[in-house]
Amino acid sequence: MSNEAIADPLVRVVDLKKHFPIKKGVLVSRQVGAVKAVDGISFDIKRGETLGIVGESGCGKSTTGRAVLQLQKPTSGHVYFEGTDLTTLDETALRNLRPKMQMIFQDSVASLNPRHSVGKIIGEPLRINGVGTEREVQERVFELMGLVGLKAEWVKRFPHEFSGGQRQRINIARALALNPSFVVCDEPISALDVSIQAQVVNLLKELQNRLGLTYLFIAHDLSMVRHISSRVAVMYLGKVMELAARKELFRDPLHPYTQSLISAVPVPDPQLERERRQFILKGDPPSPSHPPSGCVFHTRCPIATEVCATTVPEFHEIRSEHFIACHLADSEGGSKIPEKTILASQTM
Amino acid sequence: MVKTKKVIDERIDLDWTIGDFGNESEDRIFVNNQDVRIIKKEWRMQPILEVKDLVTRFYSVDGVVHALNGISFQLFERETLAVVGESGSGKSVTMMSIVGLIPQPPGKVEGGEALFTGNGRSQDLLKMNDDEIRRMRGGKIGFIFQDPISSLNPTMTIGGQIAESMIEHLDLNNAEARTRTIKLLQQVGIPDAERRYNSYPHEFSGGMRQRVMIAIAMACEPQIVIADEPTTALDVTVQAQIVDLVKRLQNSMGVAVIWITHDLGVVAGIADRVVVMYGGTIVENAPVDALYNNPQHPYTIGLLNAIPRVDESGDVEEEELASIEGQPPGLLQPLVCCPFASRCNYVFDRCWQEIPGLRSIDTGHDVACFYDVTQDRPYEDL
Repeated sequence: MSNEAIADPLVRVVDLKKHFPIKKGVLVSRQVGAVKAVDGISFDIKRGETLGIVGESGCGKSTTGRAVLQLQKPTSGHVYFEGTDLTTLDETALRNLRPKMQMIFQDSVASLNPRHSVGKIIGEPLRINGVGTEREVQERVFELMGLVGLKAEWVKRFPHEFSGGQRQRINIARALALNPSFVVCDEPISALDVSIQAQVVNLLKELQNRLGLTYLFIAHDLSMVRHISSRVAVMYLGKVMELAARKELFRDPLHPYTQSLISAVPVPDPQLERERRQFILKGDPPSPSHPPSGCVFHTRCPIATEVCATTVPEFHEIRSEHFIACHLADSEGGSKIPEKTILASQTM
Repeated sequence: MVKTKKVIDERIDLDWTIGDFGNESEDRIFVNNQDVRIIKKEWRMQPILEVKDLVTRFYSVDGVVHALNGISFQLFERETLAVVGESGSGKSVTMMSIVGLIPQPPGKVEGGEALFTGNGRSQDLLKMNDDEIRRMRGGKIGFIFQDPISSLNPTMTIGGQIAESMIEHLDLNNAEARTRTIKLLQQVGIPDAERRYNSYPHEFSGGMRQRVMIAIAMACEPQIVIADEPTTALDVTVQAQIVDLVKRLQNSMGVAVIWITHDLGVVAGIADRVVVMYGGTIVENAPVDALYNNPQHPYTIGLLNAIPRVDESGDVEEEELASIEGQPPGLLQPLVCCPFASRCNYVFDRCWQEIPGLRSIDTGHDVACFYDVTQDRPYEDL
């Protein structure tokens, strides 16, 4: 692959894997298995877009975010950032690229040092990277606080004096301090109340428009992902099941898992809720240390066939810009859950 | 003349018969041909739980936390009442206060009453002594908590924990309790119940543990089940299973459910009536359709606008979510005005001067606001 070809998307992930070893033995520990948190996923993130990753807990969405940023070294695969393969870089080279790639974490309490004032927290990336004099750092801190809607007089306060929403704003300000082009948002709003979630999401969108940021937005809340993303990837047990433009994915989901996931989200409208055909999946997701054979979803899939249990479906483009990993997907809607299966799930 | 309406619920292997014995005032309910409960028709429209002016405060080192500032609501037989609010709005404290689970000190239930009506008798739960209220909990009032792993005893088998409450409240012997427990485990959808009886909580997944919690809550045929954010820690597909299960059990067992949640999507699917809480007060109380189609309190309106949906058609990308600016009130000051005044779009001078009481604007629809959002002016009777 030539450098020009892969320079087009900002981030290109190719066959990324992250396996965590399971070890046994006290004195001589040996590996007895692996938790396949991320098991061979590929996607592009275009400049200025938001790629949403959704999935249930344990599907590997957070690990994906960390592996993309090389916070956890991937087991195999490649991550190209502006054409550079991050997996081949050493610590120093990676450190030089870090200012361009930042992360916002879910837990705003754990990710802020309780002994540092807000000013110190937001200014820290600048001081570490030696950007500007102390006076310039101060000015930049005030600028960033204004950007995320924090009052300048709060600069001497400590994290515990803020509410959850405000702490998440501090996190965002810190992530933006070095003018990154790419930000991984790992469930940034999951711990917040509904009315505050909307504030933070609006802020993230506004900042994206203003600063031309590219987001990888990780969440389990489909409705929020639908709101913020341009394209959405649905993950299940370490694999991407379906990836499509947001509009297409929600209007016409092709993978049976995506269909049941969307159908499981309750809609805030009592009338609709009563009339809606909801498909209820049975059981829990299997453990990623013993993933099912073939298609990982076949154990819960209502329309699985024999081939699903034996052969791993290929992640392929079924329509333009619409990728899916399902044997049954075809242009005639073969992967759609039939109406009578949906009805049966409601009366079981 | 015996008229019976037989309801066979195959899904949970229960055979319900509601018998009408020609007696105008009584209904009987049979489960698997055993008489379980007599329901007097006249009780039907009476609340089984009536909470009036409940006030709870916490005396912390930082000062007095005014957690509840006069909460009043009613719960009717067989209905699902959803209590919605953000963190700190007092929804959990309300339920804990009613059943005497507030740690005292630092907490103190300082006023009000909670009348529980069972078998034709009304008792104030707040005036019961420790022993009496303990017999209510787990007996007449069942609980489902958010976090099943910390609510289950890790050193006891699943079956043992369910049987324990049956032995305690229903005076069953061990063998009877075991048989019933296994039956109950099957009802809540735990496969291979006989073997799973001897499993420990850590051997179960989150969704399965929540099913066990539900089994414990339902074990003694309660009249009320209080579910405190029972699906918050679960994935959406598992949440759908649990919501479905509670709905089915409620239909077949005829309990009233108080469902505490912050998720307005879940509420739309399960509730008959909704109470919206904010800053330790009830700001709106309405039938579920009225609340979603015709919300009257500015906070409810803001909340409904702030949630994104999966089902909307068209393009939502450029649309901004309507957020409610500002923060929820601190509870360290006593309430002197409308708790929502500082974030409200319709605020006027009166809102800063006194606390709005609940006013009835339609059948069963109460709102605590001085401003009539429909007419876009303050209520005329002020």
